[in-house]
Amino acid sequence: MTQSATSMTNESRISRRFAELRKSGEMGLVAYITAGDPSLEATEQFVLAMAGAGADVIELGVPFSDPVADGPVIQRASERALRAGTTLAGVLSLVKSLRAKTEVPLVLFSYFNPVLQMGLEKFAEEASVAGADGVLITDVTPDEGAEYRQAMSLHGLDTIFLAAPTSTDERLALIAEASRGFLYLISRTGVTGAKDQLADELPALARRVRRVTSLPIAVGFGISLPGHVSVLGGLADAAVVGSALVEEIERAASVPAAAEALAARVKLLKGAAVAGMSQRELQG
Amino acid sequence: MTTAPQIWPDAKGRFGPYGGRYVPETLVAPLEELEHAYAEARRDPKFQKELDFLLKNFAGRPTPLQFASRLTEHLGGARIYIKREDLLHTGAHKINNCLGQGLLAVRMGKKRIIAETGAGQHGVATATVAARLGLECVVYMGAEDMERQRLNVFRMRLLGAEVVGVNSGTRTLKDAINEAMRDWVTNVRSTHYLLGSVLGAHPYPMMVRDFHRVIGLEARDQILNVEGRLPDLLVACVGGGSNAIGLFHAFLGHAGVKLLGVEAGGRGHALGEHAARMAAAAGYSGARPGVLQGTYSYVLQTPDGQIATTHSVSAGLDYPAIGPEHAWLADKHRAMYTAVSDDAAVAAARTLARLEGIIPALESAHALAELIVRAPKMPRDSVVILNLSGRGDKDMEILARYI
Repeated sequence: MTQSATSMTNESRISRRFAELRKSGEMGLVAYITAGDPSLEATEQFVLAMAGAGADVIELGVPFSDPVADGPVIQRASERALRAGTTLAGVLSLVKSLRAKTEVPLVLFSYFNPVLQMGLEKFAEEASVAGADGVLITDVTPDEGAEYRQAMSLHGLDTIFLAAPTSTDERLALIAEASRGFLYLISRTGVTGAKDQLADELPALARRVRRVTSLPIAVGFGISLPGHVSVLGGLADAAVVGSALVEEIERAASVPAAAEALAARVKLLKGAAVAGMSQRELQG
Repeated sequence: MTTAPQIWPDAKGRFGPYGGRYVPETLVAPLEELEHAYAEARRDPKFQKELDFLLKNFAGRPTPLQFASRLTEHLGGARIYIKREDLLHTGAHKINNCLGQGLLAVRMGKKRIIAETGAGQHGVATATVAARLGLECVVYMGAEDMERQRLNVFRMRLLGAEVVGVNSGTRTLKDAINEAMRDWVTNVRSTHYLLGSVLGAHPYPMMVRDFHRVIGLEARDQILNVEGRLPDLLVACVGGGSNAIGLFHAFLGHAGVKLLGVEAGGRGHALGEHAARMAAAAGYSGARPGVLQGTYSYVLQTPDGQIATTHSVSAGLDYPAIGPEHAWLADKHRAMYTAVSDDAAVAAARTLARLEGIIPALESAHALAELIVRAPKMPRDSVVILNLSGRGDKDMEILARYI
């Protein structure tokens, strides 16, 4: 409980955004796309379009050759981004360029190896200077994350950790303790990717997480439709949408068409989120 | 000269700085469950008895330690002994670990087993054990490997396993592991992931090593019996490194026994042309410590941390990372690592076939190729053990091109 209080007073862009959402009783929308798919210039346009359409937080996926936590859609996006020559250094330049144009909170979403090869300290410093607000590393849990957390917090970056349906209550407490900004709850066992329905176990899972933290909870994996987002009302502070957005990019005939499709999709989902209520409201 | 070695890994699954558990959160609880189940099974005499029974009566242990008299004479140096893991049921050492983990899966109440396979040997051993224990079995295999080792695909299917081709990435072992991990993260409650090498997140590198440790324990007794002393050198091929660590481990405390791992030198020194992670001294480029598929170890990669493509004529060695305990043994200078080319391995396979009447797997032929270079320079009273980790039946289509 004390952790979220601390991070709220840290006043990162992420914490400020969630505080505003809570005040207005709105559920947030976190939008993920893979950086560099199909190019970093395109990603810049996509982020601006999604921010303009109401996305509250943007996650920029750093492409990796071996994305074990991702389903086919994001795997293909990573391959396209890597073929286009995307590197972590390139993604950091993109963040810098975006920060000059928008105040939307930006989270770097990566596998550990690219960050490790750049060096934790160098990565944290450059990400922070570029204007990133938070970092989520898919394959680092709090158990292995001591050095990583230290480096990020030294540079004022929020560390966001994943919680999963298989996490014990003990682990949920550990994850909450290590997380800053928000906690990312994986809705079901599995890899990223859209599904027709949310898992039946999700409400009980979300309540288990709520018991151990007052941090904002963002629920992701398998969320693609306004109906999914509405269902989360009262359970979560935000919905994370990824594969559904990446699919819009994959399907679009051109970069401007993709930007337009992303904006439309985000608007639709954010509409559902605004209609939904946050857990805070229900408790209040 | 025996010194008690410190037992690695530590409680966090670390071999020095290497190893650990770098996985998505969903897999942490199942890995902890596996760690506890294994710790219990290890202490349970009933489990050990059942495993020993199957190793003996189903797999065919102990395997012979054969004096290779004609090879020794031909090379004119060290006395060469061959540890005949190729004689085991299913044709390679892989069955040791599969029986261990298979019994563990039953103990944990898991009804479904998944595995990755490169050369197909681990897949066949897994399918075999699943059939024997009445478990459902799915094996992930890179599409390229399915082509070059298609006999093993037929064997797995005959044994009732479903073989799923993997078309992503390099279409080899690395990508098969990715796909198996994705399956596991999805079906984690019903499924045991029977990982086939000393790779992946803790407890796999320790557990797989322990199940193969029998190789070295037997070899130590056998060599003491026939030679009355410990060997001077052990030689084994290293992909992930399971057969090598299985042979080495019982000798770690004997400082006088040199350990040599042989990696795949492929067709050149440039990144992408080989799978030599520890042989930088021999000119192979591109390996640095990093995280791949759950563990921190030496990984072939680009400067910005993307995993590199690899090449080897042998599918079982065609992998960009090495088991974390090998990285640690190399750092401590307890084991040495080198690499030999595709061509040298194929030539060595032919030599062994003609001199000893044994057709080795192309993986094991790498160890032999290095020994062919080294043995003549060693004194005639020195003793070497070569781990012949598998037989070459599966490689006939590749070998046929060279005959």
